[in-house]
Amino acid sequence: MASRPRTLYEKIWDAHVVETRDDGTALIYIDRHLVHEVTSPQAFEALKVAGRPVRRPELTLAVPDHNLPTTPRLDAAGKPVPIVDVESAAQLAALEVNAPAFGIRYIPATAKEQGIVHVVGPEQGFSLPGTTIVCGDSHTACHGGLGALAFGIGTSEVEHVLATQTLLLQQSRPMEVRVDGDIGPGISAKDLILHIIGRIGAAGGSGYVIEYRGAVFQRMTVEERLTVCNMSIEAGARAGLIAPDDITFAYLKGRPMAPKGAEWDAAVAYWRTLHTDEGAVFAKSVTINAADVEPSVTWGTSPEDVVAIGGRVPSPEDFADEAKRVAAQKSLDYMGLTPGMAMTDVSIENVFIGSCTNSRIEDLRAAAAILKGRRKADNVRWAIVVPGSGLVKAMAEEEGLDRIFTEAGFEWREPGCSACLGMNPDKVPPGERCASTSNRNFVGRQGPGARTHLVSPAMAAAAAVTGRLADVRALV
Amino acid sequence: MQPLTRVEGRAIPLGLKNVDTDIIIPAKWLKTISREGLGAGAFEVLRAEPGNVFDDPAYKGAPILIAGDNYGCGSSREHAAWAMLDLGIRVVIAPSFSDIHSGNAVKNGILPVVLPQDAVDRLLEVAREGQTITVDLESQTVTTPYQDRFTFEIDPFRKHCLLNGLDEVGLTMARGEAIGSFEASRTAAQPWLMRGTEAA
Ligand code: SF4
Repeated sequence: MASRPRTLYEKIWDAHVVETRDDGTALIYIDRHLVHEVTSPQAFEALKVAGRPVRRPELTLAVPDHNLPTTPRLDAAGKPVPIVDVESAAQLAALEVNAPAFGIRYIPATAKEQGIVHVVGPEQGFSLPGTTIVCGDSHTACHGGLGALAFGIGTSEVEHVLATQTLLLQQSRPMEVRVDGDIGPGISAKDLILHIIGRIGAAGGSGYVIEYRGAVFQRMTVEERLTVCNMSIEAGARAGLIAPDDITFAYLKGRPMAPKGAEWDAAVAYWRTLHTDEGAVFAKSVTINAADVEPSVTWGTSPEDVVAIGGRVPSPEDFADEAKRVAAQKSLDYMGLTPGMAMTDVSIENVFIGSCTNSRIEDLRAAAAILKGRRKADNVRWAIVVPGSGLVKAMAEEEGLDRIFTEAGFEWREPGCSACLGMNPDKVPPGERCASTSNRNFVGRQGPGARTHLVSPAMAAAAAVTGRLADVRALV
Repeated sequence: MQPLTRVEGRAIPLGLKNVDTDIIIPAKWLKTISREGLGAGAFEVLRAEPGNVFDDPAYKGAPILIAGDNYGCGSSREHAAWAMLDLGIRVVIAPSFSDIHSGNAVKNGILPVVLPQDAVDRLLEVAREGQTITVDLESQTVTTPYQDRFTFEIDPFRKHCLLNGLDEVGLTMARGEAIGSFEASRTAAQPWLMRGTEAA
């Protein structure tokens, strides 16, 4: 098996095969399982009904994030603030009871370690290179930024992992996205991944696991790599990953759940073998010219609807295939945009900085750097910053970022998924526009009728200051 | 999952075609935290009609449902199977089923029986008389007190799972030894991989 040159994905896959079946599927061992309140209740219930235990409780970590309001969680007397939405409250209460009942570590809503699952996993050192990581959420691909094979699963699979610590899977094909050279100043990892999705399309990675390769990714910080891998699913890929290196190891060293002492050394030695071999074959290969990457924004209702900020709203006629022309027209109607309009003429009423794509400390620093000494434009009605975790929030406060945000007219919130999805109180009103650092611009994603423009944190800050979609490079 | 070998009882003579999963359980029931209790929302739209078969005392608690073509089409929600099970339905007889739904049904211990339209029509008649219908999985037959006897096809793997009450989780659990030895070799070679939250 080891004689043939293998891709990073194939190496991680091979290391997790418990057994292979006649039909070509494999029973794959799952090293790390993240659980939140939305996709887990029926899985726990099924275990209860069948009288089944969780096979390896220490390999699962539970944290609430999707439903949690981002307003203060404790009142003046230090008591937890009750959650108004009854169904949200019930889902949150179920996790709080289920996790300890099955021996699973649970991070409560009021703990400083609480946050979005995909921020918490890497931050705690729970997510590690070379591991298989799953969660009932499609943006689990995020953890691939550490060199892990990470992907989203459904509720029945959550149950399967809890009971057996495995999944029955069909192997995906390895795909390479290569970016060499340099991306320009003021251009972020988010701009790059939006550009990539715009190039390969929302289904361009279907059936594949993407490995991001080349100098641009090798120079990235772990935070930036997490942003890139996070959105692999928006290109249709099951997962996305970047080979771990010294930058990864430095990020993980000393994290609470990372290996320690001699085990750390052994782990690093193993992690150093996790790279694609010379001569390994990718089923599909895409090369992006770094010089082509500009600050990116979306104009439509699919993450592939990307243009450079200096560009214009496309016309449905610009698209070769009929299905895309129809989709583009629908998108334009929903978004209230006319073909040919300059993207910088699109005015914005809401700004959201947050989500598992862009809520880590570097994201907040990038936005704060633009906002420092500035204020949001008057037409920007609602601007919020939602740190990805309590630890990110504390670090930002220590650096004084919270004051920069509040002085700029932003609300400084408690960690959670917030306005990334219309499931908790943070919603964008119908017909209004939002410059958002999240990952999905689907119809109704940020609330019924809400119009989302996906951007980087610095671009979101620039939109807040100018009241329009704007090129952040003019503000630095 | 409850094993299913033989189901004997009255049948709900629905007969309707294209019963989609939105009819079986409407979307508003999906924010629940339980698989149980969904029977309350099952077939809600149909049950709003006076004189519907579901609320007819003659079919109360009947374990068999007889429907028309393309049963369970539409959204992939597993809640549809949970809702049926909560109503006490263990067998659905129809001329055809949606693939996803029949998979979900089997996963939850419900047997989808595919029979030709004329056989389904005959069973609807028998059901409306309030007579008992017997479905035997081992012999793959549906019989009535009038000596009707229809045989049906079923994938052998599904049959095996239903007869023994094996769901996918149960099947993988049966491979516990293989999983255990995989874990043991990892614990020996790379102990940090197996520590998870206990490393903190
Ligand atoms: S922030 Fe958005 S994408 Fe990320 S886990 Fe939460 S809901 Fe999913």
